[in-house]
Amino acid sequence: MRFRHAKLLLLVALGLSLLVSLGADRIDAYVLFVLYNIGIYIILAVSLNLINGYTGQFSLGHAGFMAVGGYTAAVITNQFGALNPFASGALFFGALLAGGLLAAVAGLLVGLPTLRLKGDYLAIVTLGFGEIIRVIFQNMDRVGGARGLSVMHGYTNFFWTFGMAAVTVYVVTALVHSTYGRGFIAVRDDEIAAEAMGINTTKYKVTAFVVGAFFAGIAGGLYAHSTQFLTPGGFNFMQSIAIVVMVILGGMGNTPGVILAAILLTLLPEGLRWMAGVEHLPGIAKMHPLGWIGDTRMIIYSLLLIVLMLTRPQGLFIWRRKFRNAPP
Amino acid sequence: MTATATIENDLLKAERLTIRFGGLTAVSNLDLLIRRNELVGLIGPNGAGKTTVFNLITGVYQPAEGEILFDGQSVVGSKPYRITARGIARTFQNIRLFSSLSVFDNVRTVFHLHLRGDVRHALWRGRAFLDEEKSIADRVVELLEIFHLEKLRDAPAKSLSYGDQRRLEIVRALAAQPKLLLLDEPAAGMNANEKTDLMRLIQFIKDRFRISVLLVEHDMQVVMGICERIVVLDYGVKIAEGTPDEVRKNPKVVAAYLGD
Repeated sequence: MRFRHAKLLLLVALGLSLLVSLGADRIDAYVLFVLYNIGIYIILAVSLNLINGYTGQFSLGHAGFMAVGGYTAAVITNQFGALNPFASGALFFGALLAGGLLAAVAGLLVGLPTLRLKGDYLAIVTLGFGEIIRVIFQNMDRVGGARGLSVMHGYTNFFWTFGMAAVTVYVVTALVHSTYGRGFIAVRDDEIAAEAMGINTTKYKVTAFVVGAFFAGIAGGLYAHSTQFLTPGGFNFMQSIAIVVMVILGGMGNTPGVILAAILLTLLPEGLRWMAGVEHLPGIAKMHPLGWIGDTRMIIYSLLLIVLMLTRPQGLFIWRRKFRNAPP
Repeated sequence: MTATATIENDLLKAERLTIRFGGLTAVSNLDLLIRRNELVGLIGPNGAGKTTVFNLITGVYQPAEGEILFDGQSVVGSKPYRITARGIARTFQNIRLFSSLSVFDNVRTVFHLHLRGDVRHALWRGRAFLDEEKSIADRVVELLEIFHLEKLRDAPAKSLSYGDQRRLEIVRALAAQPKLLLLDEPAAGMNANEKTDLMRLIQFIKDRFRISVLLVEHDMQVVMGICERIVVLDYGVKIAEGTPDEVRKNPKVVAAYLGD
């Protein structure tokens, strides 16, 4: 049994993120922003991995859950405003939780009626759901509609981002590494056999959706208070795809791989920006030979994805296990 | 034997079981009785409705008419996973293991039926959880040892040989601690030696775990060799029932298998 000192590891991770958070004012604002994005995408990818990777339910609606959490948390903090540091920490935590819970309710609502569907059909329905959420926010005047919603307080810091990422990794790993949790993988491997072996497959699938949606909601809250501006367009279909790509590239049902993929795919466009985005960095423009790349960085990013998918379809970070072939 | 004794001795009793798919009556007015600790064979030519009977008993299909009593209570309308929890476990004609899980985890997964704790246990990972996981691991290993699979415990199920996969499927079904084990063509694709081993294994399971077995099988040698009672289906209708000798001599059975 691996994963033995899980709770201890979680506490260490929380402590470390608190420590870094206290010294965060020495870190460059841009670097910090990228770090927050990494943490947020770790939460999104690891939680989606529970649905897509471990339970084998192809969901394309993660950005929708993220939107529910983001808007909910933003409306709450905008309403109650700035308080003293301690109270604002508590407020932010409450807002994140509320966002997560509302996203979980959305997960339940989508989950129950649609989980009779499998594979492509489920993917299409969850995709439709994500778009519905986006369009609802787009037409909701209370949150600014298509103009977007400014979030007044930049509460997101290193502690909350990476603390929540650690909690997400802990919860997903703890779930899967238990007799109860092997049921998720059983559902993925063979649903008929799982049902015949006494596994309530519907309940497992809904659980995966609710837990996954909850953490997507939390990530949405963190995102809202990091960028401090929400537009419905930020939660479109491409956002969902970006998270799915992280899961596939990391290897379905391989949490460490998915974390690495989330880090890599968040850094990649940033790295390309640094290398080529000379129009944003006029001082470097002259001495930089790759300036011609300019805004084609997203094309390079897409090309890299295609190459990665073609060469390692099983995931970048799936290593060969023992017993790959039949043992003697 | 008195009437009450008979009822207590009946484990599964199906009465007037009927199911139709469109215009086809796949199983018609079938009565089936399985007593405690009894090994019953269900045979018949291709398409006779044997696997359909399995699917009716395990809740995959709902009968159009008729009743299935298990341990004195109806299982009609129950979901498959509930029926398994009540004590009916099965294997599949085409092996259906959890292919990416290890041999150990294939069996362990089924133990969730007997878990006392739930999700909160798994998340908190306290003493109670660790103790329970430990005791489950011990029981899984014990089961694997009985069937000589312990050496393969960490191998993914898909890497096992065909015969080992068949055996693992039976072990997995036994992990549900069933009162009735349904085996769907376990001898399919086996050679004569493997069939002999299988017959010994089924006999052993019945004696060791004191359970009833319903065996669907094509292979006459296997069925005649171990079953105490045999039910013969043809076109969804029971055409004969009795000991292997009685069934062998029954002219209707001969006609069904060899043609008139």
